[in-house]
Amino acid sequence: MWLYFAKRILLGVLIVLTAVSLLYSMIHLVPGDPVKTILGPRASPELQAQIRTKMGLDDPLPVQIVKFIGRVATGDLGEDVFKRKSVNTIVFEQLPHTIYLVLSGIGWAMLVGIPLGCLSAIYRNSMIDRIAGVLSVSCIAIPTFVVALYSVLLFAVTLKWLPAIGAGDGNFSSYIIHLILPAFAVGLGWVGYLARLVRASMLEVMSENHVRTARAFGLPERTIVFKYVLRLAILPTVTLIGMGIGILLSSAVFTEIVFARPGIGRLIFDAVTSRNYPVVMGSVLVTTVLFVVSTTVADLINALVDPRLRHHK
Amino acid sequence: MSATEISAQATQMPATWQNVWRALKRVLREPLGALGFGLVMFVLVSAIGADFFAPFEPNKIDIRAKLQPPSAEHYLGTDQLGRDIYSRVLVGGRIALKVSLVSIGIALVIGLTLGLIAGYGPRWLDNSLMLLFDSVRSFPTVMFALAVVTLFGPSLTTVMIVVIVTQIPIYGRMVRSQTQALRDAEFILAERAMGAGFFRIIAMHILPNVVGPLLILASMDIPFVITIEAGLSFLGMGVRPPTPSWGTILNDGYSYIYNTPWPVIAGGIPVILTTLGFTFLGESLRDVFDPKLRKEI
Repeated sequence: MWLYFAKRILLGVLIVLTAVSLLYSMIHLVPGDPVKTILGPRASPELQAQIRTKMGLDDPLPVQIVKFIGRVATGDLGEDVFKRKSVNTIVFEQLPHTIYLVLSGIGWAMLVGIPLGCLSAIYRNSMIDRIAGVLSVSCIAIPTFVVALYSVLLFAVTLKWLPAIGAGDGNFSSYIIHLILPAFAVGLGWVGYLARLVRASMLEVMSENHVRTARAFGLPERTIVFKYVLRLAILPTVTLIGMGIGILLSSAVFTEIVFARPGIGRLIFDAVTSRNYPVVMGSVLVTTVLFVVSTTVADLINALVDPRLRHHK
Repeated sequence: MSATEISAQATQMPATWQNVWRALKRVLREPLGALGFGLVMFVLVSAIGADFFAPFEPNKIDIRAKLQPPSAEHYLGTDQLGRDIYSRVLVGGRIALKVSLVSIGIALVIGLTLGLIAGYGPRWLDNSLMLLFDSVRSFPTVMFALAVVTLFGPSLTTVMIVVIVTQIPIYGRMVRSQTQALRDAEFILAERAMGAGFFRIIAMHILPNVVGPLLILASMDIPFVITIEAGLSFLGMGVRPPTPSWGTILNDGYSYIYNTPWPVIAGGIPVILTTLGFTFLGESLRDVFDPKLRKEI
């Protein structure tokens, strides 16, 4: 048990280290001198050399990578040379906005998707089940940014019910109102994922012995569904959401751009368009760590709940 | 599956075509499968025949006719430069399909090779390949794409590189686990005992068993790749203007969303129809060929 935990955490750390090294070497092996990009093509050779030494670009690549990892491990993501601000400050200023967006998106998706999956499983092969099935697949298939665009078009431009742009003027209620459409766009696909998963795992649990026994004892259907089936069937959704953080973050990028919301996706996008390497590195790194941590935690929860998985690998 | 069945499968090519036909009939019998097949055929035909069907040259600018609503002349209206959106949607479809088919094809070949090596090769090689796969997968796709675009600049090639690199681990992992399951199967042991070499075992026995599920997986990835292409082009990080792409049509339309809704509507519908079509088709193909896979997703 503890061995599996240790192994899994070690693997997570290894993955992060490899990912960081990949990212770092990718950025530094590409043709085009980062120093020239920062200073512009007309900077004097002396200034270029000075900055290059300052950024540690004279060292061989493996040394640079180790130094970079060492720096990151102490919690320092570097400095944004354009704004002369620490990348930490920039990233952690933006991160909460993305987290609120992702949480509210997944939140409403759970409120709709899980009951939808339950209904499909209870009324298996009925008309409800079929319609819910088609709806789920459609929700999954339609890309987030198309949902975002269409919802702007419908609710903001045509009906003028909700604001389309920004994150509000600072007070709480305006923040919430500005969150509705983006959260809708981020969550829609997840309604489908969750409904399908809950349906499948409920059907599996329903065919198990303890449920049959509960039926034989004459317990009301409601008690069986809520107390014995759903409690078990809900577990895989925890894993799915943990694994899905990557997808959620990706869809947050599109949503933040369509709705011109602050957030980490918008930050990366702006940094990419201005070729601001330190900020790109820092923010991609933070999201990657977030992703690896959440998949690891999901795996660990899974192992805790289902002992079979621990011995499987 | 026994050894004789496998070799029978590998040698009788005509039977394979019969199987394909039979599977297609089963797909078409289901309403969603038929709908998916119809949509995919529709998209394929319109993309291949884009030049033939397009009433206008997709990049022809006519400023006087800008931002027009749909009419008998311009079926989907015109964009801010007066270009015919219908023609651009058709040609954009060809680009979306080209990107997805070519990059999935390349990723399949590389993923298959690496997966076979990981599954059949020594333990240390397997472990390091798996670590590499996991690391690549640990970047959220769009974040990874954005990082790559910073380096190589926005272009169609960049989009394809992103798709190839992010898809290889998926295919590699699947091939690896299938190969490992087969490696110790009795019929492979028997082959080895009869003196079959490494390449013979891989090519004649493992490959035919791995390719089927892999192709189904790949067909289900097409909508995902189309989404990536359209999404990156929408962000201005994919196809360069003036080349039409569904993403750039949406991007142009988004800038003028308060003037006219039509470009956004026209750019979004083909994306939705295509992803839905491929998803429905892929799902029913999977159900027909491999009901076991159904549980995993």
